[in-house]
Amino acid sequence: MSKTQIKGIKRIVLAMVLYFAVILFNRLVLEPGKLSFLSTKENQIAMFVSFFIVYLFSGWKVLLKAGKNIRRGKVFDENFLMSIASLGAFAIGEYSEAVAVMLFYQVGGWFEDFAVEKSRKSITEMMDISPEYANLWKDNQVTQLDPEEIVIGDMIIIKPGEKVPLDGQVVEGNSFIDTSALTGEPVPREVTVGDPVISGCVNKEGTLLVRVEKEYEDSTVVKILELVENASSKKAKVENFITKFARYYTPIVVIAAVFLAIIPSLTGLMVWSDSLRSACIFLVISCPCALVISVPLSFFGGIGAASKAGILIKGSNYIESLSNISTIIFDKTGTLTKGDFKVVQILPQEGFSKEELIEIAAHVERLSNHPIARSIQEAYGKEVDLARVENIQEVPGYGIKAQYNGKKVSVGNYRILEGLKVTLSQEAFTSVYILMDGQYLGAILIADELKKTSEAAMVQLKAAGIHKTVMLTGDKNAVAQMIGKQLNIDEIYGELLPQDKLAITESILEKSQGKETVAFVGDGMNDAPVLARVDVGVAMGSLGSDAAIEAADVVLMDDDPRKIATAIRISRKTMWIVKENIIIALGVKLLVMALGLIGIATMWEAVFADVGVSVLAIANAMRTLHDGKK
Amino acid sequence: MYVNDKTNINKKKTGRNIMKKKYKIEHMDCANCAAKIETMIGKIDGVEGATLSFITQKLTIEAAEEHQARIIQEVSTIIKKQEPDWVVHI
Repeated sequence: MSKTQIKGIKRIVLAMVLYFAVILFNRLVLEPGKLSFLSTKENQIAMFVSFFIVYLFSGWKVLLKAGKNIRRGKVFDENFLMSIASLGAFAIGEYSEAVAVMLFYQVGGWFEDFAVEKSRKSITEMMDISPEYANLWKDNQVTQLDPEEIVIGDMIIIKPGEKVPLDGQVVEGNSFIDTSALTGEPVPREVTVGDPVISGCVNKEGTLLVRVEKEYEDSTVVKILELVENASSKKAKVENFITKFARYYTPIVVIAAVFLAIIPSLTGLMVWSDSLRSACIFLVISCPCALVISVPLSFFGGIGAASKAGILIKGSNYIESLSNISTIIFDKTGTLTKGDFKVVQILPQEGFSKEELIEIAAHVERLSNHPIARSIQEAYGKEVDLARVENIQEVPGYGIKAQYNGKKVSVGNYRILEGLKVTLSQEAFTSVYILMDGQYLGAILIADELKKTSEAAMVQLKAAGIHKTVMLTGDKNAVAQMIGKQLNIDEIYGELLPQDKLAITESILEKSQGKETVAFVGDGMNDAPVLARVDVGVAMGSLGSDAAIEAADVVLMDDDPRKIATAIRISRKTMWIVKENIIIALGVKLLVMALGLIGIATMWEAVFADVGVSVLAIANAMRTLHDGKK
Repeated sequence: MYVNDKTNINKKKTGRNIMKKKYKIEHMDCANCAAKIETMIGKIDGVEGATLSFITQKLTIEAAEEHQARIIQEVSTIIKKQEPDWVVHI
């Protein structure tokens, strides 16, 4: 508890004690008329004064603020309304009530502050992944420095149990790294020389010497923290609605209060004291604070909970979209499959050898970063002779053309065979065909493994009520069908050109109705247009690949497709809690207003409908942080 | 007003010379009031976008680099007038 909070409690407790003292004084002394030297009128005044003193003691701050704010033109301010309401109670002779209500209001206000502080702390603690220091290793000495002082190229030592302070590469040492702070995964990953390490993870038993590759402000940890912080500025539709609503709500209720104060007593519908009390009740309820605080807080909690699970959601609006997902489109390679291809078979034509095929392909593909190219390079295994290849051109959707030893060579998918009479291999493997000077040399078959988690992910998604799953791939149909069927995917599209992917996505978007949203899950690098087009773009983050983090709306830090279902679950829970809070806040307020209209409600209910409901809503909003894992 | 380096400004260029500057604001007691101030700040000349989060206690201002200094001065004036209890860390 902060100092102001402790001071607050002391003041409130003192005021309460004073209040009860005055009540006793009134009950035992003034009412029975024990002070016989006072006339009845003077007795009355004494009662008023005694309560008024307590009132001033407990409420002077509120009254003062109200006065200050009016001079600034802030009329519809909680302090002013509370002051009017409680002074109004004094006016109708309910002294004890007036003081009690002011006290109750203060208690409620204190709880509200406490709840807000606690939730802020809760969230910041949960997001406490930033490293406090880094051990610089220079000239055989270890110096502990602020991570911000380390530059690229510096060597740092990470001892067992310490947080990895900066992104870098292991130069010496072996260890296991706990990535749970970033990915939510408790299983540690092995790292050794040459492996990258990411800031925010915790080093386990081995000591590591790491060469720093990114400075602190570009490190993964800082990027994630910034993303989470900025996420609350991308507001959900609900949030915008609440802001608009709040702007109209207060003036309307206050005007209603004014009417209530004047009209019923003028027309004789109500006794003046009753109508004034009802007006005061309305005044107190006119503050929409419960909604304005709890709704953004809920979203913030949801984003925090997601990041704890290794899911970065970049905006509250995406939480809304995620909760309404009906269709998910998947990219195949790297998303549902591991993306690390391996050459499994080489089928040369008559007169050519397997080695020749691989050699030619590896040389032509030497500049490409495509996973297929890498698998061929791996299979070749030897150094590529740069002199043999010239004029390399990558043709998207087809393959690569080049000059190899003076001859025209094409290496690519079935499309390069157009016009030629070639029997295509029908196996469910990705096939790379090779042409030299128009002649077909043979095929290289490459296989891509399904991720172990993909099947489970699909089951979870179906269970979560996703109506339609779609798979898009540029790979051949046989492969697409095999993988798609294994994963129970509803619509499978293979042999797609990049523009086909976008076209299919567009048609799916057209078909989706109303609130239903469409998501796309890819690996971020070449899926940018589709990611931008859908309602929610999800990218596999590979422990923080920059391209993915930039392009997508949601990033899965550990490439695990099961996290999609987790993200949906967290989003739905958050939206549910938001709706609960709106219903509670508005419901109670309307109820008390109705009761006030017919004259049953008292100021107690009004204050509860204001601060009490606020505290409830804030506490409820905190539930978003606790992801009930199944 | 406090001058405090650590809690401070986080600069990020978002192209077109637009910068995002963040400021910490303490002692905000009313979320409704924060919303009103956010709207007022958004209307300041040169401000492309302003977000005032009651929860994170941070004010983010998106504006061209050359306007930022003037903008934060106007922001301080507004806050001093409307919410004198708030503390803006520049």
